Amino acid sequence: MTPTTEVRPHSAPANATPPGRRFDLARYRDLSLVPVLLVLGVIGFAVSPAFLTSDNLLGVGQQATELSLLVLAEALILIAGRMDLSLESTIGVAPVIAVWLVLPDHGARFNGLGLLASWTAIPLCLTVGALIGAINGFLILKLRLNGFIVTLGALTLLRGLQVAISQGQSIVNLPGSFTYLGRTGWLGVPAAIWICALLFAAGGCALAWLRHGRALYAIGGNAEAARAAGIRVDRITWTVLILGSLLAAFAGILYTGHYGSISADQGNGWIFQVFAATVIGGVSLNGGRGTLFGALTGVLTLQLVVNVMTLAGVPPLWNQFLNGAIIIVALIISRFASGEKQE
Amino acid sequence: MADPSPVRGPVVDADGISKRFGATVALSDARISVAPGESHALVGRNGAGKSTLVSILTGLQQPDTGTLRFNGEPAPAPGDTEAWRSKVACVYQRSTIIPALTVAENLFLDRQSAGALRPISWKQLRRRATELLAEYGVDVDPTARAEELTVEQRQFVEIARALSFGARFIILDEPTAKLDARGIEKLFDKLRELQRQGVAFLFISHHLQEVYELCTTVTVYRDARHIVTAPVADLGQHALVEAMTGESTGGTEPSWSVRGRARTTGDTLLDVVGLGLAGAYQDVTLSARAGEVVGLAGAAASGNVQLGETLAGLHRPQTGAITVAGRPVRTGRVPAALAAGIGFVPEDRHIQGLVPQRSVAENATLTVTGRLGPYGTVLPSRTRVFAQRMITDLDIKTPGPATPVSALSGGNQQKVVIARALATEPHVLVAIRPTNGVDIKSKESLLGTVREVADAGKTALIVSDELDDLRVCDRVVAMFHGRVVAEFTDGWSDEQLVAAMEGMAGPTDPKERNDSHH
Repeated sequence: MTPTTEVRPHSAPANATPPGRRFDLARYRDLSLVPVLLVLGVIGFAVSPAFLTSDNLLGVGQQATELSLLVLAEALILIAGRMDLSLESTIGVAPVIAVWLVLPDHGARFNGLGLLASWTAIPLCLTVGALIGAINGFLILKLRLNGFIVTLGALTLLRGLQVAISQGQSIVNLPGSFTYLGRTGWLGVPAAIWICALLFAAGGCALAWLRHGRALYAIGGNAEAARAAGIRVDRITWTVLILGSLLAAFAGILYTGHYGSISADQGNGWIFQVFAATVIGGVSLNGGRGTLFGALTGVLTLQLVVNVMTLAGVPPLWNQFLNGAIIIVALIISRFASGEKQE
Repeated sequence: MADPSPVRGPVVDADGISKRFGATVALSDARISVAPGESHALVGRNGAGKSTLVSILTGLQQPDTGTLRFNGEPAPAPGDTEAWRSKVACVYQRSTIIPALTVAENLFLDRQSAGALRPISWKQLRRRATELLAEYGVDVDPTARAEELTVEQRQFVEIARALSFGARFIILDEPTAKLDARGIEKLFDKLRELQRQGVAFLFISHHLQEVYELCTTVTVYRDARHIVTAPVADLGQHALVEAMTGESTGGTEPSWSVRGRARTTGDTLLDVVGLGLAGAYQDVTLSARAGEVVGLAGAAASGNVQLGETLAGLHRPQTGAITVAGRPVRTGRVPAALAAGIGFVPEDRHIQGLVPQRSVAENATLTVTGRLGPYGTVLPSRTRVFAQRMITDLDIKTPGPATPVSALSGGNQQKVVIARALATEPHVLVAIRPTNGVDIKSKESLLGTVREVADAGKTALIVSDELDDLRVCDRVVAMFHGRVVAEFTDGWSDEQLVAAMEGMAGPTDPKERNDSHH
């Protein structure tokens, strides 16, 4: 047992200054990575003149979209106090299943079943994603299984399913709707970036201004108290898990369109980056804390570091080492910038 | 705002309430009635049925029999959370505040905006929160995050939230357990103020002093039954404690006896001087001689458990010193305490005592692995022999040393914990609630074991609020709100000891707790 009485200094926070005017550092802790991003920008500019060109920056942005959609999904799930490791497999398996159902059953390198019209590919892909989330939610919330292991199992299972269906090969003959989103640009900027920014903005607004969004913080912070306040904890958690997998499936569509093929290891190993980006962006692994903006700065930091290193001519063989080092350094920075222990 | 409408009878009226859980009778024909604006105390020892009554009054459980009425109307249907919330609210010991959110958001959780798809207007939410807090005179900044609040401020927020649902009847379940004297004072001031606004309280507390300070009526429960309801002024302290404890239950004579021992010989084995741990206890001085069993009595927030844990090295005290057999002990380190000769039986064997999946032998030798083989090895043969000796000595009922400890009965599990504490052959055995959750037979044999330790020339310290545990002691020291308030040698009566543990006049005046925080 620990001492039950927490002794706090009695410098009552109450009504010291009129509400709203006090400078509260806590409000800005989600911005802790912004200076890091600026520093990275300066370094990039110093290292190579190619850095600060719109081509380079848009390229980084487009590369970041798929990862950031997974981060968006994981951030929502973590805020609600859960985890989903299977997102990195969903990004691969959902497009594969959709394409498999749609593609004709003869005449190409990869033969599908040809069951449905090719325009249904995108709705199918999203449905598969939602279904994966729903099954995870059923196992975790109805059968009360351990969420970490359930989604770890789902990660392996779905990866295996993808390899089995695609026979371990990349699928290159894709329906047109898939390739459209990944390749089109609107107003000179890739459509993927627009969509991604829009989804982050929508998610951020929902978390800030909608009751159900705030409910995620309540559930992640203290599920019992949330239940006592009348929040339907299980239903909302389930919805978030479904939404997360849906976003991962959508990220799969963008990724597939971007590279023009579904590779067999699409998304493989991403979950580490996803967690790293989310946590250095200030989302708590214990739930109840963090913002989507913070999570977004987390992804951008990771992506910019890779870009700057590439431009600086760091041998690619060192990339993995540096990536790991960056994650730990960023974690230390955000630990001290926010002043919060990451337990 | 006070409800100006005329009195419509009691805010809550429960009659003939019975509730069984399997073979256990939790409540039997119990009743309670609280008038508007009344501050009503509900007291009783553990297992008296208080918590069951609370869950029935708040609609969490359905009574098997009996009627429940609020303001003269029948209770809402089970599961109709909204309706229950407008009748009654409960502030539990465990906070239902979400630490990362602001006070304003906590107050209006899940009703921050009019509709699910309506965006929340934070400005308006803050205004509503400010109004609500002002209405009940709660001096808390609505924009502060809830984790920045003191414990009593959090309780104020919970009370304000409860009132905002329209409830005029609030149950406070041990609200002072986690408060210091200043916080208790503030809470009571607030409660009196709300009472003047017409809010009725059901106040559940282990501290009878607080009942006398705050309440006008008191109801006593014992063994799942209603014993008495009376105005506080008409029920003296003795009568109240008597109602709580009942007649001394005549059981079989224990195998050990305390009377007639020579206790003035023996060297001092344990000496505690001026020990203080912030938020738990202050300035405790205590000594125990060889051959003596000393009881450290005290209710939940008295600090006696923390004191016992400090002796075992689990907390580092800010002031004071511990000496065992003449040698000072480095505080705050378990290995140091073990090396100095302090054996420890923790409060909860499931949390701190045992590794349930591992064998009896492994659990019993956990403290002495260094002696079970050369060069840091742990030889299975020696472990077995050692454990076998413990099993015989303490009469642990187990198929063998290799049986997983989780397969044993509660009493025998507790014996394994004591075996572990005794394995180091300590000078001082500190046992916190040693008979927690064991049956009557094991209870006797466990206490007999503790007695034997002392008889063998060591010292034992029993930290407990159970009178049965304390009866085995030569001397009982009572603590209340972090201070030693009384000391009893032979021949104390149950009433005297309970009164001291509940913070009422013992041999020493407990009043000083009010000026202990400056």
